[in-house]
Amino acid sequence: MTPTAVRTLVVGCSDWPLVALGVASDESALVLGAGRVVAATGPARAVGVALGQRRREAQFLCPEVRVLARDEGQEARGFEAVVSALGTVTPWVEVRRPGRCSFGVRGPVRLFGGESALVRHTAEVVDAAVARIGAGVPAGTAAGPGCRIGVADGAFAAGLAAHSGGAAPEHSVIVPRGGSPAFLVPLPVGVLLPVGSAGGSTDLVDVLIRLGLTTLGAFAALPVADVLARFGTDGLDAHRLASGIDDRPVGHRPAPPDLAVSMAFDPPVDRIDRAAFAARSAAEALHERLSARGMACTRVVVEAETEHGQRVSRRWRDEGVLGPVAVADRVRWQLEGWLHGPPAVRPTSGITRLVLAPDEVVPASGRQLGFWGGVSAADERAGRACARVVGLMGPGSVRIPEWRGGRDPGDRVVLVPFVEPLREGGSGACPGRGGKPEVEPWPGALPGPSPAAVHLEPVVVDVVDAAGAPVGVDGRSRLSAPPDRLIVPQPPAGSRQVVAPGERVVAWAGPWPVDERWWDPLRRRRRVRLQVVTADGTALLVVLTDGRWTVAATYD
Amino acid sequence: MFDTGDVSRPLPRSLLAEAEPFDDLLPEEAFPGDSSPGEAGSGPVLWVVPSLAEAARRVRPTTLAVDRTLPVLEALDGLLPDGLRRGITVGVSGTGARSVALALMARATGTGSWVVVVGDGDLGLAAAAEVGVALERLVVVDAPGREQWAPVVATFVGAVDLVLVSPGHRPSMGDVRRLAARCRERGSVLVHLSPESPGSPGVGRLVGDWPGRLDLRFSVDGAVWDGPHGGQGRLRSRRVEVSVTGRGLPTEGRRDTLLLPGPSGVPAHP
Repeated sequence: MTPTAVRTLVVGCSDWPLVALGVASDESALVLGAGRVVAATGPARAVGVALGQRRREAQFLCPEVRVLARDEGQEARGFEAVVSALGTVTPWVEVRRPGRCSFGVRGPVRLFGGESALVRHTAEVVDAAVARIGAGVPAGTAAGPGCRIGVADGAFAAGLAAHSGGAAPEHSVIVPRGGSPAFLVPLPVGVLLPVGSAGGSTDLVDVLIRLGLTTLGAFAALPVADVLARFGTDGLDAHRLASGIDDRPVGHRPAPPDLAVSMAFDPPVDRIDRAAFAARSAAEALHERLSARGMACTRVVVEAETEHGQRVSRRWRDEGVLGPVAVADRVRWQLEGWLHGPPAVRPTSGITRLVLAPDEVVPASGRQLGFWGGVSAADERAGRACARVVGLMGPGSVRIPEWRGGRDPGDRVVLVPFVEPLREGGSGACPGRGGKPEVEPWPGALPGPSPAAVHLEPVVVDVVDAAGAPVGVDGRSRLSAPPDRLIVPQPPAGSRQVVAPGERVVAWAGPWPVDERWWDPLRRRRRVRLQVVTADGTALLVVLTDGRWTVAATYD
Repeated sequence: MFDTGDVSRPLPRSLLAEAEPFDDLLPEEAFPGDSSPGEAGSGPVLWVVPSLAEAARRVRPTTLAVDRTLPVLEALDGLLPDGLRRGITVGVSGTGARSVALALMARATGTGSWVVVVGDGDLGLAAAAEVGVALERLVVVDAPGREQWAPVVATFVGAVDLVLVSPGHRPSMGDVRRLAARCRERGSVLVHLSPESPGSPGVGRLVGDWPGRLDLRFSVDGAVWDGPHGGQGRLRSRRVEVSVTGRGLPTEGRRDTLLLPGPSGVPAHP
C-alpha cells in the first residue's frame, strides 16, 4: 500500500510581518525579529537585503531603509481576519503560523468547479481580507506583493509551490495530481530547513550537502532503509517529504477523544496577558497528558467558549511535532486574534473556557540522549534548573559565558543571558554556547595567565613612587617613576576588600599601553596596564585611565 | 517549567527538606511497633504497598565508590588522590581561593559535569577557560537576594554536579544544613568560596563565614609570583602551598606545593 498525500492548497502571504504592520510595498522597509531581518519589501530586496541578515548588513546595503520591530501580536490579529474570511471557502482551514495556512481541496474543489477556479476565489477572499486590515495604506499598494497560492499533493509540496509562484491568482503554481515527486526533484535540500525540530534538520541538511546530495531528488533517490539507518526517524520524515509521498509523519492517527485539555476562566478573560498565561499552562498540561501515553501531537484544535455561549475554534498545524512551547505560541497567537482582532472576528464577550484538543497524534519517538556529545541527561537537568531559576529571579539573572575576544581579561569572555530553548525536541535544551576560544591575535592583549578575579566595579587606588608622589605616564607611555606603594582609600562599608591599604609593591611589570577605537570619539578607550605584586603575594592588574589608577583585576 | 505563579514563594518545603535519616529502611521495619503480633487479630492490619520509587531503590545496583567521585586535574592528585567525592561541601578561602576552586572544577566540566556559580560576579572567565573549565557547561547566576538565596542554590544542588557559591551574607544555619543534606542525597558538590582569608582584618570575617561544618577546607599560603622584575617580564606563574583538611583525611591534612596558575594557566607541579 502506498500512502498518498492529501491534495492541499497552501495560502502564503509573503512578508506577512510587513503586511500586518501596514507598510506600503513601494517603500523600502524591513522588519527585524530577534536581531535578524524577517521580512523586507521589494525595493529593499532589490538592493540586496535578504532574510536572516543582521540589521547592520541590511542598513549598509540600503541606508535609507525603514526598520520596524516585529509585532507578533499584530501579525496574529491580522491573520485571524484572513483565516476567518477563508471560512467561506472551507471550514477546514489549518493555520501554520501567522501568514500561512492550508486546507484540503477535495471538498471545495467540487463547490467551485475546478482547482483554478478555487485558487482564483481563494485569492479574491484573501486579498479582500488583507485590504480590510491595511485600511491606512493607500489603495492599490496595500498587501504588498499579494498572497501566493500553491496546490499540490501534500502540504509540503504545496507550500513550496506557493513559494515558487508569483502573486495569486495569475501566477499561482498548481502541481498536477501525482506530480509532486517530479515537482520536488530539482529543489535544493535547503528547503527542508524550516521543517521539523530546530536543530535536527539543520544538521541533516548540512550533512546532505556535504555528501553531495544538494537536491531533494538526489536525497529521495536514496533507499529508505539506508536513510533510516543513518539518519534515524528525523531523517526518515525528511525523506518522506523529499520524495513527495506523504508529508505527515510516520504513524499519524486521529487522537483518542479524551485527551483534550480544558480550562475554565472565572471571571472571563478579555486581556491577552492573562490568556497567554493560561495558554502556557494548558499547553504544558496537554503535552504531559500526551507524553504519558507515548504520543506527540502534530495538529491541535484551539477552541474557546465565550460568556454569551459563542464557540469559536481554529485548527493549528506545523510540520513535525508540536512541543509544549510551540503549542503555547499558537494558542497565544490565536487568542491574540480573537481578543484583539478586527471586530468582525472578535467574540462578543470574554472567553470563559479554553479547550486544546489534539487533532492528530503520532507516536512520540522520544529523545535519545547523547552518548558522546549531543545533549546528555546532565545538560537537560542543568537547562531545566536554569529555566526554573530564571522564573524565580527574573530574566537576565542567569547568564552563560560566550567568547568574544579582546585585549583585557574582562573583554575576552562576556556573559549573555540564558534563554530558554524555544522548542523542545531540538538540540538546544541547554545553554552550551561557550564556544571555542578566539584564536585571532589581539595586538596589545595582556599575556596569560589571566586573572582569576575581574572586578565588576574597579577599585580606585593611588599608585605612588618611593617619594610619595603619584606615578603617571608620559606621552610615550613611560612611567614617571617605579611604583612603590598602593594606597587604597577606605573601601565603602560592606564591599569586599581587594587590596590592603598602604601595601608595598615588591615587583611590577609593564606598563602596557592600549588605545582602542581611537577613531570613535565616544567609545574610545585609552589606558595603560600595569601588573604589580604586593608584599603579601597578591598580584593585581592596575589600569590608568584618564589620570586615575584602578585595580581592574586580581590574580586570585 | 512555567510556574512563575510562585515567583515570590520559596521552593516547596519538600525540596529543601533534609533527607529522612531512615528513609532507606522499609516502611514495615521503620515502624515495628505499629503492628505487634498479639494485636494482629484485633485491629485492622495495615498493608504497606511499596511505591514504585521504593521498589526502584531496593533493586538499584550498588554504586561503587569510584563512581561517586568527580575527576580532578592531575596537579591535584597529591591533595585528592581519589578525586573529589560527590555529595560533600567544600570551602576554599583566602588569597588564591578562586584559582583553587577553578582547579577543582576544571576536569569535571570536561567530562560532562556542569558548574553553576552563584553570586560571584568577579570570577575571571578567561582564567576559567585557561585552567580548563569547559565554558559551555558553566552558568553564572547573579547574587540572589537574602531570602531567595537558599531556594536558588537548592535548585542547582541536585541538578548540576558542582555549585560554587559566594554568598554576600551569612546564610542561616538551617539553610546550610538542608543544603548539605541535599548535596549528600543528590551527589552534588557545593563549593563555598570566600575570597577573604579567615584571619584577615576588615569586613571579610562576617561576610564570608559559612555557619555549618564543611567536609573539606582548602587554604592557600606562601604565594610567590614568578615573572615580573623591576618593570621587566610579566606575571608567569605562582608557587603556592595548598593544604586541605577535613573528613577522610589525616588529621594534619595534606599539603602540596603547586604552580597555581602555571605558566600556561593550567595548575601544575613545580
